[in-house]
Amino acid sequence: MIFSEKHELIRKLVRDFAEKEFTSDMLDELEETGEFNWEIFRKMAAAGFTGAKLPVQYGGQGSDYLTYVIMLEELARVSPVLAIYANTSNSLGGGPLLLSGNEEQLQKYLRPAATGEKILVFALTEPGAGTDAGGTTTTAVLDGDYYVMNGRKTFISGAPVADYAIIYAKTDLKQKGARGISAFIVDMKLPGVSLGKDEKKMGIIGYPTCDIILEDVRVHKSDLLGELDRGFSNAMKTLDGGRLGVAAMSCGIGQACLDESIKYSKERKQFGQPIANFQAISFMIADMATELQAAKELVYNAAVLKDLNRPDAPQACYMAKYYASEMCNRLAAHAVQIHGGYGYIKDYKVERLYRDARINTIYEGTSQVQQMVIAANLLK
Amino acid sequence: MAVNVINEKCKGCQKCIKVCPFNAITMEEKLAVIGPSCTGCGVCVDACPFKAIEKTEEAAHTKDLSVYHDVWVFAEQREGKLMGVAIELLGEGKKLAAEIGCKLCAVLCGENVDGLVDELIAYGADKVYYANAPELKSYNTDAYTKTIYEAISKYKPEIVLLGATHIGRDLGPCLAVKCGTGLTADCTKLEIDPEDKKLKQTRPAFGGNLMATIICPNHRPQMSTVRPGVMEKPKYDKSRKGELVKLAVSFKDGDIRMKVLEIVKHVADVVSLTDADIIVSGGRGLGSPEGFDLLREFAKKLGGTIGASRAAVDSGWIDHAYQVGQTGTTVKPKIYFACGISGAIQHLAGMQNSGYIIAVNKNENAPIFEVADYGIVGDLYKVIPAIMAELDK
Amino acid sequence: MRIIVLAKQVPDTNEVKIDPVKGTLIRDGVPSILNPDDANALEAALAAKDQFPGSTVSVLSMGPGQACYMLRECLAMGADDAYLLSSRTFGGADTCATSTTLAAGIRKLGKFDIIFAGRQAIDGDTAQVGPQTAYRLGIPVVTYVMKIREYKEKSVVVERQLEDGYEVIEVSLPCMLTAVKELNEPRYMTIGRIEEAYKKTITIWDENDVALKPESCGLKASPTQVFRSFTPPPKGKGEMLKGTVPEMAAQLVAKLTEKHVL
Repeated sequence: MIFSEKHELIRKLVRDFAEKEFTSDMLDELEETGEFNWEIFRKMAAAGFTGAKLPVQYGGQGSDYLTYVIMLEELARVSPVLAIYANTSNSLGGGPLLLSGNEEQLQKYLRPAATGEKILVFALTEPGAGTDAGGTTTTAVLDGDYYVMNGRKTFISGAPVADYAIIYAKTDLKQKGARGISAFIVDMKLPGVSLGKDEKKMGIIGYPTCDIILEDVRVHKSDLLGELDRGFSNAMKTLDGGRLGVAAMSCGIGQACLDESIKYSKERKQFGQPIANFQAISFMIADMATELQAAKELVYNAAVLKDLNRPDAPQACYMAKYYASEMCNRLAAHAVQIHGGYGYIKDYKVERLYRDARINTIYEGTSQVQQMVIAANLLK
Repeated sequence: MAVNVINEKCKGCQKCIKVCPFNAITMEEKLAVIGPSCTGCGVCVDACPFKAIEKTEEAAHTKDLSVYHDVWVFAEQREGKLMGVAIELLGEGKKLAAEIGCKLCAVLCGENVDGLVDELIAYGADKVYYANAPELKSYNTDAYTKTIYEAISKYKPEIVLLGATHIGRDLGPCLAVKCGTGLTADCTKLEIDPEDKKLKQTRPAFGGNLMATIICPNHRPQMSTVRPGVMEKPKYDKSRKGELVKLAVSFKDGDIRMKVLEIVKHVADVVSLTDADIIVSGGRGLGSPEGFDLLREFAKKLGGTIGASRAAVDSGWIDHAYQVGQTGTTVKPKIYFACGISGAIQHLAGMQNSGYIIAVNKNENAPIFEVADYGIVGDLYKVIPAIMAELDK
Repeated sequence: MRIIVLAKQVPDTNEVKIDPVKGTLIRDGVPSILNPDDANALEAALAAKDQFPGSTVSVLSMGPGQACYMLRECLAMGADDAYLLSSRTFGGADTCATSTTLAAGIRKLGKFDIIFAGRQAIDGDTAQVGPQTAYRLGIPVVTYVMKIREYKEKSVVVERQLEDGYEVIEVSLPCMLTAVKELNEPRYMTIGRIEEAYKKTITIWDENDVALKPESCGLKASPTQVFRSFTPPPKGKGEMLKGTVPEMAAQLVAKLTEKHVL
């Protein structure tokens, strides 16, 4: 895709920022402690990343989906985990509010999330309801002006540092499956809200994940998001948008794998010459670059379709997420292979990339879910 | 001199576009067009396979240049001491004056620095123009510019040389504008054209990637600032005799619009990179600021000082004062150790005239090895201690 | 305060490489950037604007039309408006002619309190345009500014970098200050300000707009001329030492001792 000068400048900003601010010491510390780095989060917020594509009237920067994917790609190229820092408010955190929030809710909850003052996370998955989100068992029962919520949400990215969570709960127990589910904005400081232990993850270490446990949590009815019993479609539409973010971050990871492989194959010598001279290596690199470019074009195209609000945008997002997330895993595997034994030890960047790539085919809809939806759209 | 495309000869091959350092050439209807970014460097002239690009001389001005005589050197002093570069310039100025067949003069500003007059003469000045006033005690842009400008207007030198120090690079441009003449910054080589006796000034440009020879054909004086440490110091000859010309100095209200309130010196070990015989420099390959501790120990053992690449300075590991290179200090020690320095062109520009260059780097393809007299591929944290151990034997 | 910043778009000369065989410059893929010292100048101006609300920061540049991209970057960092002096007539200018053109542009901008410029541009490294422009405008200049201590009503107190320390200088306003890297850390653009920057208009002026005669501009008004340019000849490659680390160390010391340099 040929970008406008404006989007080129956005890329320059994010690239300069990531290359300068995401120091290897900081990234190592994230990896070692697994703790959220507030300092870099605030810097990213100040540069407008947390509000990139959110409207100016709600504290955002007023840019578009194309900006959003360029930003995530460039951030993930240096650090897949820090890219998530900029993603949440733009995507799963802010998405439900943008879709269904009233003015008061938008000002109260979206604005601070856009500016990075508060962290807003998305809580849909439950121990027994992953891909089958309709299997939600968390409940919210009206009692006067309050809904009393009970249940457990699992694998909630960012929950340990969240101020608010968008929580989906069954409000009409009589309705089956996806029906009768509503969305709520829950203040994490409310009595009855507690956290599970931080999960020890394979990758994206440094953006903590844990369960949210709700025990008789009284949520005021003004914090009901959108229409009662209609929350499921809000969740699904949010995820449609979110998929594009994962696709963009996958491209960043793919780019990093390619960059590292090119650099290493020119430096590393075997049989008296750089391994880049061997076709076994150079053809692998040719394939990597080609697949990466294909994925990028899918992502940029989907972003443009979203910006134009075209009806074919969701399908483009599924395809981009599916292809790009699988692509980055293939590239990460190639990158480790090219690095040989060195790629297997933690001193080399590709070791971490390999682990960070893995989540992308899983979260915000597995590859198999994308295949299901893509096929369903084609065959209906 | 303008660069022009001869349209009849241009084949539209675009070679000139690729070589232009300033991105000044575009194709319009399959012909090369020189745009406004052109600096007249002439790289495209040599690159054109069809001789379709030419440099044309501008019509000479009618200004009378014959009233300008002598080579002047700005005798920069700080706290009553001549700067090394001023002495170097006397050496170089002497050669230029001999080729032209004129006198070498120094122009000295200060307060009661009479002793320096004899020193300047001993270093080769035939004549010293001396301005003595309290306002000139230490450098002040307005006071020095006014004083020297008046002297230039009155005595009309044909060449004025200044050291490219932070002071010379401040004074030079101001003087040049007042005199309505050109100035060539940071020269590394000066020559007199044997035919027309004009000054040819060569300087690195484009981050040291390009050398440009600059002329100032129709304006006088011809002015240059010259990098410290590049020219050779002349011999000191106490028996030399010269002439002293005192300059009248007067300032009225509004002439001097800035005041130096205080001069602060670095308390840290004063690095005189330009005077050092041995320099041990460190770069990004050190990995951390602590790496300089090892280099300091090594430099101490050799009786040298430490230096740094821009990468190390930019990483905040060491003060800018230690930086060697195009944007730092130009050095010419007898031995230069480059440790963990890859050898970016901007670094090479500042050290490649060293006597012996020894490079230690993990990466055997590092460009630093292209200029090194001796190269060692290896971990500097192992190599340097090994060399120190060897020196102890 | 009314603040003017002088900025230049330059090729990133740190990215330039020399073709080892042909000895020519490889310029492919070398990006054009905001001159690094000019970014420090702009930051100083923006910091002054933060300190004195109601101030305006105008950026002025001279160069080809592509320089608008760099000016958008300045706007996205926080400048209020941007002006580009652009004309074929300005081509081939040395620092002397450039300062004439910039001074004319500044006069057209009207009254100002302070001008910030970078110490030098990385493509020329002359450090002349700032002070020369100031002298043409008849205002005082302090170069190599590494710290701004205090703005007073009619003056500013700054630290001027020297090779072995610094001077503290009080200079009367209006004046020109040229910035070195040590002055500050330039701020990032923000995504929102990039959006705004592309809604603004960059004013482009030619010699007529700033009341300059063609003979006062560009090559014709440049006392200095490039006689010739060449790539510096690389120094020949020396000897790569071989063996274990102690062996190489021993060889090196032996060789240097033999040549009487140690």
